[in-house]
Amino acid sequence: MLIVEDLYVKYYTRRGTVSAVSGVSFTMQKGEMLAVVGESGSGKSTLALTIMRLLPRNAVVERGRILLDGIDVLKLSEDEMRRIRGSKVSMVLQDPFTTLDPLRRVIDQFIEFLMEHGLDRRSAEKLALEALESVGIPKTLAYSYPHQLSGGQKQRVAIAMAIALKPSLVIADEPTTALDVVVQKQIMDLIDTIKRGGTSVMLITHDIALAIERADRIMVMYGGEVMEIADKGTIMSRPLHPYTQGLLASIPRLGSDKIPESIPGYPPDLRNPPKGCVFHPRCPYADERCRSIKPQLIEVEKGHWVKCHRVVKA
Amino acid sequence: MGLARYVIVRALLIIPTILLLYTLVFIVLRVLPGNPVLAALGTKNIPEEQLQAIMRELGLDKPLYQQYIEYLVNFLRGDMGYSMVVRGRPIASDITDRFPATLELSIWAIIVSFVLGVGIGYVAGRSRSSIVKHLARLYGSITYVLFIPALGLFLQLVFGLWLKVLPTGDRLSPGIYIKPITGMYTFDALIQGDLVAFIDAVKHIILPALTLGLVLSGPFTRLTLDNMEKVMESKIVIAYRSRGIREEAITRHVFRHTLIPVVTYLGLQFALLLGGAVLTETTFNWPGLGTYLVDKIMYRDYTAIQAVIIIFAFLVGLISLITDVLYALIDPRVRYQ
Repeated sequence: MLIVEDLYVKYYTRRGTVSAVSGVSFTMQKGEMLAVVGESGSGKSTLALTIMRLLPRNAVVERGRILLDGIDVLKLSEDEMRRIRGSKVSMVLQDPFTTLDPLRRVIDQFIEFLMEHGLDRRSAEKLALEALESVGIPKTLAYSYPHQLSGGQKQRVAIAMAIALKPSLVIADEPTTALDVVVQKQIMDLIDTIKRGGTSVMLITHDIALAIERADRIMVMYGGEVMEIADKGTIMSRPLHPYTQGLLASIPRLGSDKIPESIPGYPPDLRNPPKGCVFHPRCPYADERCRSIKPQLIEVEKGHWVKCHRVVKA
Repeated sequence: MGLARYVIVRALLIIPTILLLYTLVFIVLRVLPGNPVLAALGTKNIPEEQLQAIMRELGLDKPLYQQYIEYLVNFLRGDMGYSMVVRGRPIASDITDRFPATLELSIWAIIVSFVLGVGIGYVAGRSRSSIVKHLARLYGSITYVLFIPALGLFLQLVFGLWLKVLPTGDRLSPGIYIKPITGMYTFDALIQGDLVAFIDAVKHIILPALTLGLVLSGPFTRLTLDNMEKVMESKIVIAYRSRGIREEAITRHVFRHTLIPVVTYLGLQFALLLGGAVLTETTFNWPGLGTYLVDKIMYRDYTAIQAVIIIFAFLVGLISLITDVLYALIDPRVRYQ
């Protein structure tokens, strides 16, 4: 239901052109949760904003196609796109403290949103209360202001809005990063339930442990490119890309004496990306070929794609 | 409950402000060369005994601390005393005569500055053109540094002398009479349904209000524009957009955020407004408290000057209190404890 093909996104800044997303292709099935994992600057948030068509004005989609239920998102007019946002594809943002307007009551913001998508006031209010109820926000809280809610409750409200109109895709961009640990689990449990209605969830996170715990499939991004895609089990048992292996080795394990390893070096400067493989400056196995030729994303086994010279097709 | 307590505490805090200003003015007046008696007589050649007699009569022979305390105690009792220069003239009646003129000018100036300042800031904030934004910022800076008498004279020259469409001074044309109710002629004429008088009063207040309003509008423009830009880049806007809310509605919500600092500034502006009113009134021969104060300073009329200063201090305190309460109406997060 979501097909992203050969996507290139660049930011034009005063200090140069940043290639934030380069040649990203992947698909998502109905009702699955795909985790997009990567560190900051890997292009995962840009990818989300591109699908939503909410990129800042200095960003340009240079190439590629995004098909959502067969609709070419990048070809829609601004007004057509606006109608899709929130109804067909919606978003849960990282910081619940800034996603709700502090000056307006929760219910008013919810009603405004639903009326924007064609509901009348009465049915909007009814649906809003139902949606809030379904995520555990009682009526009394619905009529209060955002600052009267806890961080977790605000994120519940954001999720309620994101799923109220039964979209095909919900993009959750670091939905739990700003919350404390106990609340994180509750919010992730709630996000798990979204899938049950057949909605696909794109979980954007820097936390590969969270991705492994929750997602069906995992896409690892680095320097604006896809490094590896596979289902969760494959990523855990047979990670093929050195970067994925590095991420997995950095997870602390309970009961293990081994100190988690970090990946040496820094993320690449995307105004001036490294020649060859974008990961080669930090790769322990890098050789001459990696420094000069960019590897292709190849399918090494069914559904398992890797972008690395060391991996040969089985 | 919280709000009521807050208001009371804030109101009590006005008292030290007034005391401080009164003390300052009291000292400065006594340190300045000249005194009300000599200024009123306009000569130094009077017999010493006669001078002493008048000084005694005005209470100026008493020790300073006694003058300081007596005036304050009388003022608190509601007795502003008598002018030291126009003898027998109660200051209270001067002030009731003059205050409405200043209040009227202030109200219209604030309206002009708010509408112009916030309006230009809002339009520039919505605009996608950086030229428009630069022009708005330029407007904000230029109007802010304008010198009121210079701007006033310029407007008098253009609209009064060249175009001959607006009067350059006074509150009403000769022959026009409005029965005072509030003492603010534009409002009084409206209340009484006297259209001719209303138009005349409006014509007279346009230039002074525009002069003062223009100078006060600059900061509103910059504040509105800067805050709209800041909020437009915030996550709230991305969140609104991600829900498919149309841009006009988002701009409206954003504008409410920008009003928070603007309202704060409105309270701060009031002190500037009174200062500006003094200059505007003298430029336009506007018979308000400003011209009154300047007159009285010329004559070293201690009691009258002190009364006006205390009233100004009280007004500034009152307005800043009102703005703080307005705050709570815009921003539900503000709670008074």
